[in-house]
Amino acid sequence: MENQNSEKILIKGNEAIAMAAIDAGCLLYFGYPITPQNDIPEYLSKHLPPLGGGFIQAESEIASINLLLGASATGMRAMTSSSSPGISLMQEGISYMAGSELPGLIVNISRSGPGLGGISPSQGDYFQATRGGGHGDYRMIVLAPSTVQEMYDLTFLAFDLADKYRNPAMILGDALIGQMKEPLMRKKPKEMTLPPKDWALTGAKGRKANRLKSLYLQDGELSEHNWKLHQKYEQMKKEEVRFESFWVEDAQLVIAAFGSMARVSKTSVELAREEGMKVGLFRPITLFPFPGNALYDLSQRIKLFLTVELNTGQMVEDVKLSVARDAQVYFYGRPPGSLPTPEEVLDEIKKYYPPHPPLSPEGRG
Amino acid sequence: MELVFKRPECLIDIPFHFCPGCHHGIAHRLVAEAIDYFKIREKTIGVASVGCSVFMYDYFNIDVLEAPHGRASAVASGVKRARKDRIVFTYQGDGDLAAIGIAEGIHTANRGENITIIFANNGIYGMTGGQMAPTTLLGQKTTTSPYGRDFTYDGYPIRMAEMLATLEGSAFVARVAVNNPANLMKAKKTIRKAFQIQIEEMGFSFVEVLLACPTNWGMTALEANRRVEEEMIPYFPLGIFKERKMADYL
Repeated sequence: MENQNSEKILIKGNEAIAMAAIDAGCLLYFGYPITPQNDIPEYLSKHLPPLGGGFIQAESEIASINLLLGASATGMRAMTSSSSPGISLMQEGISYMAGSELPGLIVNISRSGPGLGGISPSQGDYFQATRGGGHGDYRMIVLAPSTVQEMYDLTFLAFDLADKYRNPAMILGDALIGQMKEPLMRKKPKEMTLPPKDWALTGAKGRKANRLKSLYLQDGELSEHNWKLHQKYEQMKKEEVRFESFWVEDAQLVIAAFGSMARVSKTSVELAREEGMKVGLFRPITLFPFPGNALYDLSQRIKLFLTVELNTGQMVEDVKLSVARDAQVYFYGRPPGSLPTPEEVLDEIKKYYPPHPPLSPEGRG
Repeated sequence: MELVFKRPECLIDIPFHFCPGCHHGIAHRLVAEAIDYFKIREKTIGVASVGCSVFMYDYFNIDVLEAPHGRASAVASGVKRARKDRIVFTYQGDGDLAAIGIAEGIHTANRGENITIIFANNGIYGMTGGQMAPTTLLGQKTTTSPYGRDFTYDGYPIRMAEMLATLEGSAFVARVAVNNPANLMKAKKTIRKAFQIQIEEMGFSFVEVLLACPTNWGMTALEANRRVEEEMIPYFPLGIFKERKMADYL
């Protein structure tokens, strides 16, 4: 590890993740180049070998996720990174990791889709990330950083939670946060106490042979296994929810946004406050487990939510589910390739901020 | 009385589920004998693939990891990169390695990953009920080539051993069969050699084993055994196609 004391450095979001991975004890990376996340493999290809770590530029994202599956099975911290189309290729491997109860970090620096799409930021992978993405009843732990500092800090959390729950974890960033440069305080957070990895494959010496699999064919076995996985996700929902509330105490309208759109929205909230409007921001940090209860609590007092996303409507569904009929949820979506300015978001706020009359049905969330 | 032959130590004492006349059992035993011979059971990690080979963890008394279909070579590479001091092998069928997993197989060999792949080639998809494989012979009838494999639609059978032998990363590439005692003894030596290559850190080792599949070939065990000799071996010749004498880095 290069520098254990807090040093402040100006760095790209992508590089912050790579740096954090090393600081968190991950010395194994497998990945395939794809814009806009190549800084991650490039940084690690340089810094892992001198540390005795392993770096492979694999032949595809399919190979990458399977290399990760294999490395994780030995109990070592390992990771991969990609962007939207490559993450699509990894879904099978992620499903297997969840089914086999293997930890591991998958970083998605989202780009625009669907298909080849473009390389500009988008939040179009929210469904893919939070609904499992691959086949079967499983979930990924999904963390959404909003700053370069969070790209660093949340990487530690991702590794810790993946180990704690024996489940793959994802950092869901996007091209904006990945490519921007901000000051970073390079300081390791407090270590989480984690259970020992007695399930790991290290060679059956002095113990019964371990097996890691997701196939369960005996009567009732798979059902039991699925309930076991379900219990993990329920525990995550109880214990691992993280979010940020900004100026919600007296708010008449609260923006719900994550990642890069939360940054833009935060500025809009400040602009709105300058104009005398009582607006706040609710920013989920864990997209799974989603802070539904916290949103519901807010909705008992705040009756107007505006979900702002860089897609055509994904997280808004979770916001609506969380507040049920207790508040109005509106949506301002910008498809990929059209990042809004804080002023544009402010204009949207003004459309809905009371005492404006309720809008026509099209305007309702 | 002197005991001259017994079940290898690292094979668990339960009956195989394989069909009567299937050669998987023999191949499993040869791998187990190699592991016993080098006394590496306690540091061997097996990667099971998908197909009739998927139950490897029920038969081998070693740490075993299940891989998605076709990905065992990548998974095994990940295991080995994380724990270079372990012995890592895969056991993959013809669909797993020569169809869906061919990219991972080629690149694992190309990177010279220090693992061992045992390629179980019976020219058909066993577990799923007898569909055509990349190694199904021309004219061979399967459930998805009911008129017999026709190269205008399905191309030709792939010779994996010869192909992988052309890659610089491969250290040891061979093809064997187990249909008669002579071939079986050569197969035993060859599989043992493949593990030796890994132990000596010489690079990537690969043994293609021609196997009979009586059930899906629609034959009796004896007929299937004969078919290996009369039809498979002429197209898939036995032998060692590459054998590095020294590690690359020397």
